[in-house]
Amino acid sequence: MAEQVRRNKQTSDRSEVTAEVAATTAAQSAQTKSDLDDLLDEIDDVLESNAEDFVKSYVQKGGE
Amino acid sequence: MAIPKICGIETEYGIQIRGGDSNPILASSLLISSYVAATSKKSDAQGINWDFCDEQPAIDARGFSYEDSFAPEIESHLVNAVLTNGARYYVDHAHPEISTPECRTALEVLAFDCSAEEIVRRSMKLAQPFLGPQAEMVLYKNNSDGKGNSYGCHENFLVSRDVPFGRLVAQITPHFVTRQIFAGAGKVGCEIPGVSEREVPYQISQRADFFEEEVGLETTLRRPIVNTRDEPHCDPQKYRRLHVIVGDANMSQTATLLKVGTTSLILAMIEDEVLPVDLSLAHAVPAIRQVSYDLTLRQTLLLRDGRRMSALDIQWALLEMANKYSISHGLECMGGQDDGEQILQLWETVLSGLSSEPESVAHLVDWVAKKRLVDGYSQRHDLQPGDSRLKAIDLQYHDMREEKCLALRVGLDQIVSDEQRQRGVMEPPDSTRAFFRGKCLERWPDQVISANWDSMVFEVDKGPLRRVPMMEPMRGSKELVGHLFDSETSLADFLEQLGV
Repeated sequence: MAEQVRRNKQTSDRSEVTAEVAATTAAQSAQTKSDLDDLLDEIDDVLESNAEDFVKSYVQKGGE
Repeated sequence: MAIPKICGIETEYGIQIRGGDSNPILASSLLISSYVAATSKKSDAQGINWDFCDEQPAIDARGFSYEDSFAPEIESHLVNAVLTNGARYYVDHAHPEISTPECRTALEVLAFDCSAEEIVRRSMKLAQPFLGPQAEMVLYKNNSDGKGNSYGCHENFLVSRDVPFGRLVAQITPHFVTRQIFAGAGKVGCEIPGVSEREVPYQISQRADFFEEEVGLETTLRRPIVNTRDEPHCDPQKYRRLHVIVGDANMSQTATLLKVGTTSLILAMIEDEVLPVDLSLAHAVPAIRQVSYDLTLRQTLLLRDGRRMSALDIQWALLEMANKYSISHGLECMGGQDDGEQILQLWETVLSGLSSEPESVAHLVDWVAKKRLVDGYSQRHDLQPGDSRLKAIDLQYHDMREEKCLALRVGLDQIVSDEQRQRGVMEPPDSTRAFFRGKCLERWPDQVISANWDSMVFEVDKGPLRRVPMMEPMRGSKELVGHLFDSETSLADFLEQLGV
């Protein structure tokens, strides 16, 4: 029975869950922005140097 | 009651030899042969061959076949090996493909999907010495080359034969159209001829562009949302194997877990006839593209009964029904209540995030993680849609070279431990007949003549070959046969004890 109550509570109030996620998201956004900047710096180092040739030469025929 | 949702994933990898001759069949053969030779326990260092006797990909689950349909051909001459973890590693058309062993839970199949990635990474390194000095073999875990060629990541689920196939198709289709909102791997651009990058600069799914039918037998042409291949690889009187071709290959472990877990749950509900709300779509094929192109997740789809619901609405409705199902029926079919609840909770977390702010699930969902990179890079360098650098980011997200893979750098949550990933390279799961297959290969490598999903063939003391049928996917587990491998038993005694 306890299980049922808990589960019902979870399903019945999805707006509450959504609001919680939204609040957490706002708090994290500043952190996320600086993480993204670091990541983009790294991508400049990792990305294949000649992107056009790299993309053009990737051809896969005959799948499944 | 719903039967256990035994499941597995087959992944075709993109393959390229950079700076060398890039014949994909030769490259795939070299990749797999290098791995098999390095890991084989047979005295001649060869692999254990796949036994093709139960392969019948032309049989249609609807009990008939269109005359103009093209069933897949079996290519029995190409490299095709069985591994000690119970997996199959082979050349399929022009791609290397790994099928995980049969697993009991979504979490287990996720672990073996991670082990498959590890096998691919090891294979790339093992094949490298056979290439020229300037050449490098690179694999990609994605589903498209960005030029209209697609290759698959297929899931398989054990389903009771008692479920009428027509009802199965009707009830699973809304999930297959909408689950991409959390399982889509993301794609830069669009591969529908005539649709420009300005119209669709980015979409949710790698695969949505390639689906042209609601239901059918093909996997390479006129791809259907529900595939009708009726090849159960187990007792055909009792079971079907639902062969799901609609999904993307995921880099996010969460996405793989949810993709398999939610589908298992809904299939169990279909078996138990507890999907009270009809979510049938009026036009499923255009809908799968519409969902893929709608990055706002707000557009609605027309249902057959005239209502309109967004993909998110449909997923919330399915989750609500699954939560009720958990209470009314329990989740033993998912491998246990805890395993099932993990899926339900993760499903709710991801839907909540997508409903409020999609970027909040960038650590869980591939298309969101990739979009964040593409948007950020695009803004930083002021790039236009169609720029090759954005397509390069898309491709490199799926790169199997650790030093080049972008998915490994975006902060995706890790569910599978490194120890589990490494163990699954050689060790089979305990929970299914894959345990029996893997342990026989490890113990008697020189006496296993061939193997496949539902049987193994042994040679004992140069006598007649003996086939051991394995028609029940749950039999052959560690619990049932583990003790037979513990002793110093000979193969002859072992087969005797099995009653073969």
